[in-house]
Amino acid sequence: MRGASSIAMLFLDLTIQGLVQGAIYALIALGLTLVYGLLRILHVVHAALFTMGGYAGVVVTNATGSLALALVVAMAVVGATGVGIYRFAYKPLLDKPPLVALMASIGLFIVAEEAFRLIFGAYGLSFTDPPLQTHVEILPGIFLSHARIAVVGLAVVIIGLLAWLSASTRTGISWRATVSDPPVAASFGVDVEKVRYLNFFIGSALAAVAGTMVALLNNLVEPTMGAVPAYKALAIIVLGGLGSARGALAASLALGVIESFGTIYLGDVLDRDAIAFAFLILVLMLRPQGLLARG
Amino acid sequence: MAYEIAVLTTMSIAILFALSLNVITGFCGQVSLGHAAFYGIGAYTAALLTKAGTPLALALLPAAALAGAAGFVVGMASLRVRHDFLAITTMGVTFLFVGIVRKQEALGGEVGISGIPSVAFGRPGLLALALVCTILFVLLAVRIRRSWMGFAYESVADDEDTARVLGIDVPRYKLWAFVIGTAGAGVAGGLYAHHIRFIWPDSFGFVESVTVLAMVIVGGIGSIWGVVLAAGVLSVLPLWLQFVDDYKLLVYGALIFLTMRLAPDGIAGLARRLAARLTR
Repeated sequence: MRGASSIAMLFLDLTIQGLVQGAIYALIALGLTLVYGLLRILHVVHAALFTMGGYAGVVVTNATGSLALALVVAMAVVGATGVGIYRFAYKPLLDKPPLVALMASIGLFIVAEEAFRLIFGAYGLSFTDPPLQTHVEILPGIFLSHARIAVVGLAVVIIGLLAWLSASTRTGISWRATVSDPPVAASFGVDVEKVRYLNFFIGSALAAVAGTMVALLNNLVEPTMGAVPAYKALAIIVLGGLGSARGALAASLALGVIESFGTIYLGDVLDRDAIAFAFLILVLMLRPQGLLARG
Repeated sequence: MAYEIAVLTTMSIAILFALSLNVITGFCGQVSLGHAAFYGIGAYTAALLTKAGTPLALALLPAAALAGAAGFVVGMASLRVRHDFLAITTMGVTFLFVGIVRKQEALGGEVGISGIPSVAFGRPGLLALALVCTILFVLLAVRIRRSWMGFAYESVADDEDTARVLGIDVPRYKLWAFVIGTAGAGVAGGLYAHHIRFIWPDSFGFVESVTVLAMVIVGGIGSIWGVVLAAGVLSVLPLWLQFVDDYKLLVYGALIFLTMRLAPDGIAGLARRLAARLTR
């Protein structure tokens, strides 16, 4: 009897941990899928923006003592950088084959990772006084730190806000119009270029939130922290059906949970990162168009 | 002399590795971000066999066969998914390979395999073997290019659906491209294992897959001599960049980015444009 209930507790705990991880994946993957939906570019540098968000979060929090301020600064700085990347790296490559933009993106990503290492050192930064580290009992026997709760809360608020923005505002409508057919959108008076800038700003700001949150959970930012989440986020947006925000969201949460169970039950054969890609390959072989996309 | 031999061996292996990817990505137009996995399969196979006493020249055959067989399976995936989906799937293959190897005690797990034996006639012997393999592969690539197969590849790379309509057996040619390319990577991997004489999972990760793709792209996708040149130079570039030691990767990344930004068709494309201007 006791055994059964403790297994149920373990399942519940793993599911919750998985959903927290999934919320972070969602914040990263949404920006990525927005860029893909708009420009058909696999935006690998997105991972560097995520890392940059982490650094900005830690540096500003340490300087001012305010995590909220740090989040705002991180979003603004990283958002602006994202816009810069679109303007100076991608825009001139839009008429080239997609492989060109992908490789340019990978090149930039390597440069960015190295730049972080050279500027901030190879061993990373930590919060001098890490905020939100106390634990609370959310369900009988299950404890979560305030930081984890904040991650989920922020993700829900931000994603909800975005969903509302794209469904019911003028900006959101011109955004969706541009995604589905840029020339037609332009002929209806949508400023396609402006939509793209906005898209990069929002997507990058989301990555900055994710970066700051991961920094908070691990109390560490390091130059290579973006690498694995970045590749996983690519897997996620493919799983969700490239360019589909809803699919990316579902895939993020699913992957978070699958990984958290996988590390317990498959840990002897596969490491955590391989689980994600095994899942990806499995799904693609069965549904080449992704989980939610219509065939 | 030992130094020059080591540098030449490095170049030769890199050229073989890059040319093998060029068959898949260059000739046949199938983007692969997971080529290092096949390099790894070859390296592990050859290393385990030579440690058991097989001469390397013989061990390279099963290395090529196993890598080619794995390539066949991934090739099957390329029949299912295309373009960006394929790029991500092949990227997954690298992570899967590293993730599996890491957990296998028989393959050395996290620690890898060390003490890989030196080959007959030592370093010069390895260089000779590497050169023979590379030259054979260059000849194979030239032959493919000039054959009906090369023609079919070009049509698949250009426009798969039209190729299909024209009656070209697209799946068969794609699978052949994957088998030939990955088998070549397997041989390169076997040579690499005996060049460095120590391998571990991280030798075959995503970074290596990207590095070799960068060689193909900087050389000019599909161009044989362009890729030979780019792989030769880029493989020893880190040695020349010793004076900027700490900035090595930074320079490498910037180089990839700038090539894409300024000359996306690579060295071969630049040369073509230059030649066109001179002969005008």
